[in-house]
Amino acid sequence: MERVISGNEAVAYGAMLSRVQIIPAYPISPQTTIVEALSDFCGSGKLKADFIKVESEHSAMACCIGAASAGARTFTATSAQGLALMHEVLHWAAGSRLPIVMANVNRAMAAPWTMWCDQGDSLSQRDTGWLQFYCEDNQEVLDSIIMAYRISEKVLLPSMVCLDGFILSHTYEQVDIPDIKEVDRYLPSYVPKFKLDVDDPHSFNGAFLPDVYMEQRVKLQEAMEQAKSEARAADEEFGKAFGRRYGIMEEYAAEDADVLLVTRGTITGTARVVVDDYRKKGEKVGLLKMKMFRPFPTEEVRRVLQKVRKVAVIDRNISFGATGIFAQEIRSVLHQHGEGTSVFGFIAGLGGRDVTPGVLQEIVEQVKGKEAPEGDIVWMGVKP
Amino acid sequence: MRYELPKEEFLYSGHIGCPGCGASLAMRYALQALGKKTMVVIPACCWSTVGGFFPSTSLKVPILHTAFETAAITASGVKKGLLAQGIEDVQVMAWAGDGGTFDIGLQALSGSAERNDDIIYVCYDNEAYMNTGIQRSSATPFLSWTTTTPNPVFKDTPKKDIMEIMAAHRIPYAATATPSFPEDFLEKMRKAKQVKGLRFIHILSSCPPGWKFPSELSVKISRLAVETKVFPLYEIENGRKYTLTVEPKGLPVGEYLKLQGRFGHLTEKMIQAIQANVDEEWSILREKVRGTRREAKGKAKGRNGQKGKGERGTGRESP
Repeated sequence: MERVISGNEAVAYGAMLSRVQIIPAYPISPQTTIVEALSDFCGSGKLKADFIKVESEHSAMACCIGAASAGARTFTATSAQGLALMHEVLHWAAGSRLPIVMANVNRAMAAPWTMWCDQGDSLSQRDTGWLQFYCEDNQEVLDSIIMAYRISEKVLLPSMVCLDGFILSHTYEQVDIPDIKEVDRYLPSYVPKFKLDVDDPHSFNGAFLPDVYMEQRVKLQEAMEQAKSEARAADEEFGKAFGRRYGIMEEYAAEDADVLLVTRGTITGTARVVVDDYRKKGEKVGLLKMKMFRPFPTEEVRRVLQKVRKVAVIDRNISFGATGIFAQEIRSVLHQHGEGTSVFGFIAGLGGRDVTPGVLQEIVEQVKGKEAPEGDIVWMGVKP
Repeated sequence: MRYELPKEEFLYSGHIGCPGCGASLAMRYALQALGKKTMVVIPACCWSTVGGFFPSTSLKVPILHTAFETAAITASGVKKGLLAQGIEDVQVMAWAGDGGTFDIGLQALSGSAERNDDIIYVCYDNEAYMNTGIQRSSATPFLSWTTTTPNPVFKDTPKKDIMEIMAAHRIPYAATATPSFPEDFLEKMRKAKQVKGLRFIHILSSCPPGWKFPSELSVKISRLAVETKVFPLYEIENGRKYTLTVEPKGLPVGEYLKLQGRFGHLTEKMIQAIQANVDEEWSILREKVRGTRREAKGKAKGRNGQKGKGERGTGRESP
């Protein structure tokens, strides 16, 4: 069924089609309409789930952890400050190996107060053991929620599906809403491998001494590694079932590119237009869209970037005192393997500033004119 | 009449609680009352390790350890998760210390209480952060020594009244208990098991290393807390109906304080100040209990002119 819906409604439909059972949530702009839509789905009986109006995001995630430990499929959604408040329990969710799925509507962090988009909120949570996926449009948002359950429940790690605040969350697009029976075939009911059971009592998350803790961390890392292949498999199966595929990343006119833009989220859509324009002019500009950030597709990224002379990484975030986070990760991927590749790092679009085709063209032109970057960071569109 | 304790045990030997640990005894009684179909959620507290380190557990029920401030909501999540799978006959008990209840966990507890989530929340209150080595909490009593209220800056404010905070949420059942009055304790846990909604049990948990007394005095000190009215045993139904379940002897507080090193610095004047506080709190509670009795009497008379059920204040009526 085709409908024109917002990104936040796409999240809610994704959760409903995944037949989530427990939804603890707390409102925050610009996530709020997800909570409202799910509340409506539960209230009207469209979704048979328990919607729990918790008193904070910290409790939303703790409630997910309790319910998932009992064996239920759980979902929540948040943004920025809410995600930051959850930070401690994000570690608990991953360490407990629970396949919780959460939507994060990307919003810049305070202080000062801001409501608008950048990706600093979710990227700040990169080391918590959560899978992270970034979406380009509303269709990808809906599909990614469903795929996230399939991947998470295979590897027993939680997933965060990220969408740019307002740019997707409040923008209406035509979205194909799959038939729930087809989704049921793609994503069967959750059968937990481990759960709290009075007939088979165990202690979960009890204290580990130094002689066993590291092994538990190794297993978590192995699950992350496994998530790469599971994500590819989930995408392939999704393609067979619904006719749409995204990959864990996407190369767009990348094969012979002299300059390759690296983007994620909604900047990708803008970059496609810019790349097309350059190609029409016969200039070899390409694009790498990063969908999956954790686990980081190291080998795949290296394979693409090694062939390219100049890479322009556009970061809608900043790791203060260092560089954009994607630029860091990509430089690290190329270290010792990509001596011939120059990585140019650009910071753009913080706090909701528009990243227009003009901004991206300016980036391409800057990179075209230089053999190597003059510094680690170039700030785009900053007023003097 | 001799009170029969349940035979089935769910806390096994081998736990690593300190000798004389009130919280270990409390867990034993609580699980005996609730039985096999119980799951326990434990935030950071002494009980994070009392049950044993991985891969050992001395408890014969499922345990979920969770973050410090999340006992109530994690337990609520477990309960909701079970209900979503059609499992309705399992009690979920949050089991937290005073730090996890009075301080860092109060927000989540208030949230669960306001929603009246169907869990039993037990606070075993040893009146300081004992797991980290005796730092003051908002449950630490007036003039007590702790490592963060050292001589001469002893705790200068009274203990937070958690029972009144819970009563103000109008939860269906709240009660105080001690492992030194096991009949009273077990009856309250059994009563709590029959009630739906958020049930709150406040246990005074005597702590030999934290309160500085020899472990063999643990039960005696726990009894003295009740008999001196420092920790009265009572219950509150629906935030309104107050019932005293054990009539204290009314011994002087000095009898309780003098056995504990944490009060070793007290002068006679300080003991009198504590006595005055205890007397004042007691008279406030007494008035609430009397008010409940008067109300029950009035209702009963209005109905049939006979004595009301709640008049004797046994608190043993089915809810």
